[in-house]
Amino acid sequence: MSSPQSSDSSRPQGHFDAPETIQQPKLNFVGYLRFFWRQLTSMRTALFLLLLLAIAAIPGSLVPQVSSDPNGVIQYKANNPGIAPILDKLQVFTTYSSVWFSAIYLLLFISLIGCVIPRTKHHFDALRARPPRTPARLQRLEGFTARSATGDAATAVLVARDLLRKQGYRTEVYEDSVSAERGYLRETGNLVFHTALIGVLVTVGIGGGFGYTGQRVVVEGYAMTNTLASYDSFNPGRFFTDAALEPYSIALDTFVPTYEEQNLDALGQPTDFVANVTTTLRGGEPQKATIKVNEPLNIGGTDVFLLGNGYAPVVTVRDPDGNVVFSQPTACLPQDANLRSNCIIKIPDGLAQQVGMIGFFYPTAAPMADGTLISSYPDTINPVLSLFMYTGDLGLDNGQGTNAYALSLDNLTQIVGADSGTPAIQLRPGDKADLPDGLGSIELTSVPRFVSLDIHHDPAQLWVLLFAVLVVAGLVTSLFIPRRRVWVKAAQNDDGTLSLEYAGLARGDDPGLDAAVAEFADRHTDQLGLKVGP
Amino acid sequence: MTDTLVQFSTVAVYSAMAIYALAFIMFTLDLSRRVAVVAAPAAAEIAAASANGYTTVLEKDAPAEPKAKTPRYLRAAMALTVIAWVLHVGAAVFRGVAAGRVPWANMFEFTLTATAIIIGVFLAVQFWQDLRFIGAFVTGFVLIALGVATVNFYVDVVPLPPSLQSAWLVIHVFVASLGTGFFALGAALSVVQLLQARRAAGKAARLRFLDTLPAADKLENMAYRMIVVGFVFWTFTLIAGAIWANRAWGRYWGWDTKEVWTFIIWTIFAGYIHARATRGWRGSRSAWLAIIGFTAVVFNFTIVNLFFKGLHAYSGL
Ligand code: HEM
Repeated sequence: MSSPQSSDSSRPQGHFDAPETIQQPKLNFVGYLRFFWRQLTSMRTALFLLLLLAIAAIPGSLVPQVSSDPNGVIQYKANNPGIAPILDKLQVFTTYSSVWFSAIYLLLFISLIGCVIPRTKHHFDALRARPPRTPARLQRLEGFTARSATGDAATAVLVARDLLRKQGYRTEVYEDSVSAERGYLRETGNLVFHTALIGVLVTVGIGGGFGYTGQRVVVEGYAMTNTLASYDSFNPGRFFTDAALEPYSIALDTFVPTYEEQNLDALGQPTDFVANVTTTLRGGEPQKATIKVNEPLNIGGTDVFLLGNGYAPVVTVRDPDGNVVFSQPTACLPQDANLRSNCIIKIPDGLAQQVGMIGFFYPTAAPMADGTLISSYPDTINPVLSLFMYTGDLGLDNGQGTNAYALSLDNLTQIVGADSGTPAIQLRPGDKADLPDGLGSIELTSVPRFVSLDIHHDPAQLWVLLFAVLVVAGLVTSLFIPRRRVWVKAAQNDDGTLSLEYAGLARGDDPGLDAAVAEFADRHTDQLGLKVGP
Repeated sequence: MTDTLVQFSTVAVYSAMAIYALAFIMFTLDLSRRVAVVAAPAAAEIAAASANGYTTVLEKDAPAEPKAKTPRYLRAAMALTVIAWVLHVGAAVFRGVAAGRVPWANMFEFTLTATAIIIGVFLAVQFWQDLRFIGAFVTGFVLIALGVATVNFYVDVVPLPPSLQSAWLVIHVFVASLGTGFFALGAALSVVQLLQARRAAGKAARLRFLDTLPAADKLENMAYRMIVVGFVFWTFTLIAGAIWANRAWGRYWGWDTKEVWTFIIWTIFAGYIHARATRGWRGSRSAWLAIIGFTAVVFNFTIVNLFFKGLHAYSGL
């Protein structure tokens, strides 16, 4: 069947446009390869891979992921000892970098590239080609309209051609008819869309490869520098080198949270966080700046985000002679919305024994009925630090890195709090207390705040954004610009009258085609000044 | 002041729900009444149209709707829907004024506003496409959503936490709601399309009201047009969300549960668009994809928000 559509080979195999005979591949080696390639780049495969990708993304939302929730993973493994090892084998805890997930999207993108390249070539050809011959019979096409008139067929065709051109159609006159096509932009948009998807994937990959992210806790009055040693944790991309770290420093002058005080439904809910910092670029003057949630600081090619905050009580410990053996802030991990926080203090040297402490900091301490404390407000209205103490082996000497936020109690003996016989030590700022066994004394010197900063360097960020914008632009163009063909035929009848026929053909979804053909017929006949009638 | 406004808002929501319920009843009555009106030729026409399948775009749409004037129930249903919608929008506006910000910062408010947008889209679309026959589906869906929101999601007005204080909240969430509205209409049309296809195949003989509705291939085209618009909004939502995430959390994409599901939905609908263009996937299969896609949207908003752990902890519950 020679339908007007069959001229279009730019579509992938299996594309629904027109009936098409299935070609049998020659089954030698090259034939197999070609067959495989055609299958991979067919519409059906693209669809299958897309749906498979959607399904493959699900497990990662059901099970905590190492990348976004490492503690959740540990917890999950502890709670589900039966299934966790299997999930681990299947890389479900790292779904989005797993072999199977990567395989699906890489295949999809290979298919995409294999699809886009030939289509782009065909599209270039189509852009230079003439609109196809007018079909012999227009009656069966969309929006078919017949008008009769008096006059000369050749003139009518030329008038139609000029009108169509004015409406943005590419035209070609074939004998007593004109063939016109417009909306090549639809296919252009489609190709831009699909190509931009590749662009997004590639630039995201580049950004991840050459960028880095790092986290660092900074206490009021202290500073961090953008050097490898300065980070608490650091995740370099695959191609990261130290040279990517631009040296600068950020000092936290003050951290000012604002809590809701009026609305009783939301008492203590934070409404604003502001970190006032002083930044210094290498060789530059110190500059004041602020970092807020949703308003990162841009410095030295990095973005600095304010991710968390809490209290970092400064504890001063003295030996029996009054010499200071420890005096520094300890960032305490917030446990609830009112910032009840857990503090771990380790004093390996200076006292008669190694001392470890587990502290509970309450910014606004309030006693419960049973005497235990809670925090009832996140600001420091009634700050109390309550401490348990342990002596023994802190486990710091074996050379292995230890978690600063955890205390291993295996080789320790409790000397303060719980069943030790000595009640927990409770300190308010400025309070001092003696340590048991004549170990020395402890003082809560002050309670500054800390912020945790997230520092990101992503050299491809703007490119990702650019391609994302192209994705949207291409999508809108390809979905809403109609691609259509219109034909006008004029036939001279024996009695000297003129039979005019109009029809269109939609390429893809085109709800307005009928109306467009009818409107064109009206305008054309108007222009000819001919009488209108069937 | 705030309390009064919140009370206005609550009263308006409940009134809107009552009127939506009436509208739903009217829409349903209309569907059941259509059986009586339907003329024999219309059924024959549909059978003829669907016997041809969807193999060609050249087929003229059979004018399936009887040329009679708008049935009384349908007119009443539309009028009620408009009244309920005005109250509904009023409820959202009062809530927003009471809170001093956009009324979509927690699940209650988001449901309130998103359902208003769904109805708004439904009403607006009528200007260029008569979709009143899915009125029962749309008002029924919105009624259930509002019921769940007022009973299970309700929270008092509280200030925005710092992470939500962003212009992107306004854009991202609003556009997501618009997309949801179009997806909802697309899903509704796809449901009717499936029924219609079954009926054409000689099943669903008892659903005689289907004879008065457009044929399956026409419904498929309508659904496609809705979903394509929804898809553009959803794509934008995805990108706007990434930009916002980059400002709030320092990365544009982190496979957070909510991000995962937004991505899954996007992929399903991209699949839908491909399915429509793939031989063997037109018709009922692509209709199922549209329905699965919308189910995923609802799932993303309810189950994922409430039970999945992630950074998007904005349910307010
Ligand atoms: C990363 C995977 C892909 C995604 C997310 C995707 C997405 C889309 C979207 C959203 C559309 C509709 C918008 C438009 O027309 O531009 C579309 C259309 C289309 N895609 Fe893809 N696509 C993907 C891969 C592919 C592949 C591998 C092929 C080749 C087999 C392909 C071929 C097509 C074709 C031919 C259309 C036009 C459909 C029509 O005629 O209506 N796509 N794609």
